[in-house]
Amino acid sequence: MPDEPLQQFVGQAVDEGRPVDPGTIEISAVTTGPEVRRLRKKGLGIAGWLSIGWITLVVGLAVLAPVLPLDDPKDVTTAIARRGPFADAGTASGHLLGGDFNGRDMLSRLIWGGRTTLVVATLSVLIGFVLGGLLGLIGGYFRGWVDTVVSLLLDVLLAVPAVILALALVTILRTQPGTTSGGLDPELALILALGVVSIPVLGRITRASTLSWSEREFVTAARAQGAKHRRVIVREVLPNVLPAMYSIALLGIAVAIVAEGTLAILGASVEPDTPTWGNMIAIGRIQLERAPHIVFEPALMIFFTVLALNFLGDAIRALFDVREGAL
Amino acid sequence: MSEHPGIPLLEVTDVATGFETARGLVRSVDGVSFSLERGHTIGIVGESGSGKTVLSRSIMGLLPHKGVVRSGSIRFDGTEIGEASPKEMRKFWGDAMAMVFQDPMTSLNPVMKIGRQITEAIHTHLDVTKQFADELAVSLLESVRVPDPERRMGEYPHQLSGGLRQRICIAIALACGPQLLLADEPTTALDVTVQAQVLDVLAQQQRERFMAVILVTHDLGVVAGRADDVLVMYAGQVVEKAPTATLFRHMKMPYTEALLRSIPKLTEPSHTRLAAIPGRPPDLVSPPPGCRFAPRCPYAQDKCREEMPPLVDGDTPGHQFRCWFPVGSTPVSIGPSTGEIA
Amino acid sequence: MKTVARRLLQLVVVVLLSTLFAFSLLRLFPGDAADATIPYGTAAQKAQFRKDNGLDKPFLEQYGTWLGNLLQGDFGKDYQSNTQVADKLEAALPVSIALMLYAQIIALAVAIPLGVFTAYKVNTKSDKAINAGAFALLALPSFVLALALAFLVGVKWKPDIPLIGQLQVSGYSPGWLEPLFGQPGGDLGPHIATMLLPAISLAAGLIAVYMRLLRSDMIATLQENFITMARAKGLTDRRILWRHAFKPSSLTLLTVAGLNFGTLIGGALAVEIIFQIPGLGTLIYQAINARQIVELQSYIAIIAIGYVLINFVVDALYVVLDPRIRRSHA
Repeated sequence: MPDEPLQQFVGQAVDEGRPVDPGTIEISAVTTGPEVRRLRKKGLGIAGWLSIGWITLVVGLAVLAPVLPLDDPKDVTTAIARRGPFADAGTASGHLLGGDFNGRDMLSRLIWGGRTTLVVATLSVLIGFVLGGLLGLIGGYFRGWVDTVVSLLLDVLLAVPAVILALALVTILRTQPGTTSGGLDPELALILALGVVSIPVLGRITRASTLSWSEREFVTAARAQGAKHRRVIVREVLPNVLPAMYSIALLGIAVAIVAEGTLAILGASVEPDTPTWGNMIAIGRIQLERAPHIVFEPALMIFFTVLALNFLGDAIRALFDVREGAL
Repeated sequence: MSEHPGIPLLEVTDVATGFETARGLVRSVDGVSFSLERGHTIGIVGESGSGKTVLSRSIMGLLPHKGVVRSGSIRFDGTEIGEASPKEMRKFWGDAMAMVFQDPMTSLNPVMKIGRQITEAIHTHLDVTKQFADELAVSLLESVRVPDPERRMGEYPHQLSGGLRQRICIAIALACGPQLLLADEPTTALDVTVQAQVLDVLAQQQRERFMAVILVTHDLGVVAGRADDVLVMYAGQVVEKAPTATLFRHMKMPYTEALLRSIPKLTEPSHTRLAAIPGRPPDLVSPPPGCRFAPRCPYAQDKCREEMPPLVDGDTPGHQFRCWFPVGSTPVSIGPSTGEIA
Repeated sequence: MKTVARRLLQLVVVVLLSTLFAFSLLRLFPGDAADATIPYGTAAQKAQFRKDNGLDKPFLEQYGTWLGNLLQGDFGKDYQSNTQVADKLEAALPVSIALMLYAQIIALAVAIPLGVFTAYKVNTKSDKAINAGAFALLALPSFVLALALAFLVGVKWKPDIPLIGQLQVSGYSPGWLEPLFGQPGGDLGPHIATMLLPAISLAAGLIAVYMRLLRSDMIATLQENFITMARAKGLTDRRILWRHAFKPSSLTLLTVAGLNFGTLIGGALAVEIIFQIPGLGTLIYQAINARQIVELQSYIAIIAIGYVLINFVVDALYVVLDPRIRRSHA
């Protein structure tokens, strides 16, 4: 039997993520009690609150877009064409972020663009959440041949790299640009395509989590009390699996936003008239030399939003990992 | 070669080691002193949490820096090493002082061949050719009775049995001819049948090299016949210290007696109850004021609980113990618990 | 052996299913494929198109023929420019492969030292700073970085700063991989000049992922007993880090790096377009614009097959490389 205090000491350090002594390869304690405990409960720091703030801002603007006093994003004012942000004299006041190469107001395009981008990203991840979650739960809970089928399905969806799959689906599903017949509204096609791509991601994490939680004794106990499968899944397993799913979902939204950008550059996003952040980058690319702000304003929006979502997704996971550890 | 013949190789004086944790300062080692001569073996015995492993790490200097509070003096061959930095200790590690750890499976690098792990130790301290190191490694393996040593050189740890692995760890420790060898529970993770083999190898090497050996274990049976002196630890303190024979025949500390009784004997009828010591070791952050074994001691009296007994000398020279009401001087044989106070 | 056979079977099944999937996408296309692909063709040409691509036959038969063609190297035709897709692929594949390879190499070359360093100096200021940087890098899409680099190098720095300013922001110069595909090769210098920025754009995100992965594995490994034993042998920290801790910690990293070729493909597409590198990404882009669905289908199939193969190889390598895994199956 190893000496308990030393082992405990080491184990405690590992659990609480205490620092390794610089200059030597060791584990060491950092401080005494209260600070270490506070660290665990603290969770969000200033970065966390900034992230929540940013997300709230972006979502708020997106939701309120129709009622905000913005210019119509499709409205052209040639005077501001290609003018940079906080622009020079001569541009109309109120065009805070400049104009794009047609003369449309960047600020309004950014906000409306954010609306579309967020709608697309959120709805597609929602599809993944529901369908992928369902598959994962069923596979992880029932195991056996059910799980084999579910795993096979998920593996097939994962066999093609995500962007390629989304690309193929969008191309197939949407009405071809320039035509009017056959296919879905590009925005809808995009949502479905990204949705299908998110299914395996959420499916896998749900399945893994379900597999682990279904083995716990309280599930067996519930079954022993005669509870039907559906009840056990919903009341016992699901609440424990949800935190992992939420974390991945937030990260997934971030990924979807970036994916929309990639697809836009490939020409597979919504029509150029409707702004999305990706779209704006794709179009503005041509004018990179003369009017870089057209590209970099939406790029910054993407960057900060993804950063905030990444942080929150990680924070949620860390928060619930702690709870797991206590078991 | 010793610079100071005549003084002990190792002098540990009032060493204490504490860890700063969330709950406070854990005093794992709380004032331990002993000395060790060349060619001698001292056994440090105690249960989990007694501080024996922390003591051995403290002597080697293998503890973390931050959050560890140390005091006391450790003199190796006349040099004070208690406060030495890892950089300074590196000169000693593997060279003058070597250590064998408890679990040979995790002590060996799983993705590195055995031969490499031995020659690495050699090359670190000795400026020799690769061929010389290889040959030395093979002869080391032979000396620890590893069969077919050349083949072993190219194998990985997981391909070998526990006893073999531990002997290889011993070979690694001996590679540069250390003067002091610390063996921290070297046989605990092994089968009983293999334990004797490993301990024999250790003893043989010690004789041949005239090394000083510290044998840390929780099993009194291991030190019987293999150690010159025994140090019994409990809750970070030395509770009894004596030459081995004296300890077994004239033990004074009830804890030592309880330890002896808890050794199962092969000659006992099967299903004889193991006499475990009831209760648990004390909290090392704020230990009780009196004797730390008092809560579990069958002989404890009020004074034991109120006042900490000091370490006092016994009748025979070299015997020290820490008890207000020591066990009677009638010899105790290693046998089943009779339930009577001898 | 049994596991190898089982994995091979899995491989075949997944390849079949994903190519079937790619294939059926075309058949799911709403509207007439012929109209989309050759909008200005005559009725006769469209009929020929339908016949050539088996649109008049039952589904599975179509699939079989198509797959058979594919495996024989017939990838169909680009009807707009009237070229064989196979020819286009021959020119484009070495470009994309080289790009992804460079990105991986750069990423590993940067991430490995950083990962080891930050594990060694866990929770010090430098560790925290580097970690924060990596986290930010994760949020930076490769196409954004590509555009930023294109702008900085191509516009702001070009006239003034030597060496960096000379890096090319558009266009491509062939290199060493082309001859393997039967294409003319080129000098390394100009080749790197055109590929360096795109490779860096792709590598940045990878660096962040790899570094964090290695770091966490190293931190775990450094707590193991054999590391203490290595210290007790008197080894220097540096030796312990690289000779003892790195190897067991690097396995997951290598696996992830291998698997990342799939994710790289997505990013590579956009980066190719931005830097005007004539790789697979550009081909796909053009195919979408020209509505060449037959062509697109082949590209998707190729990528799917390649991805599955790579995954398979990486999985197999993982078992081979780690003697512990082999043992744990015992």
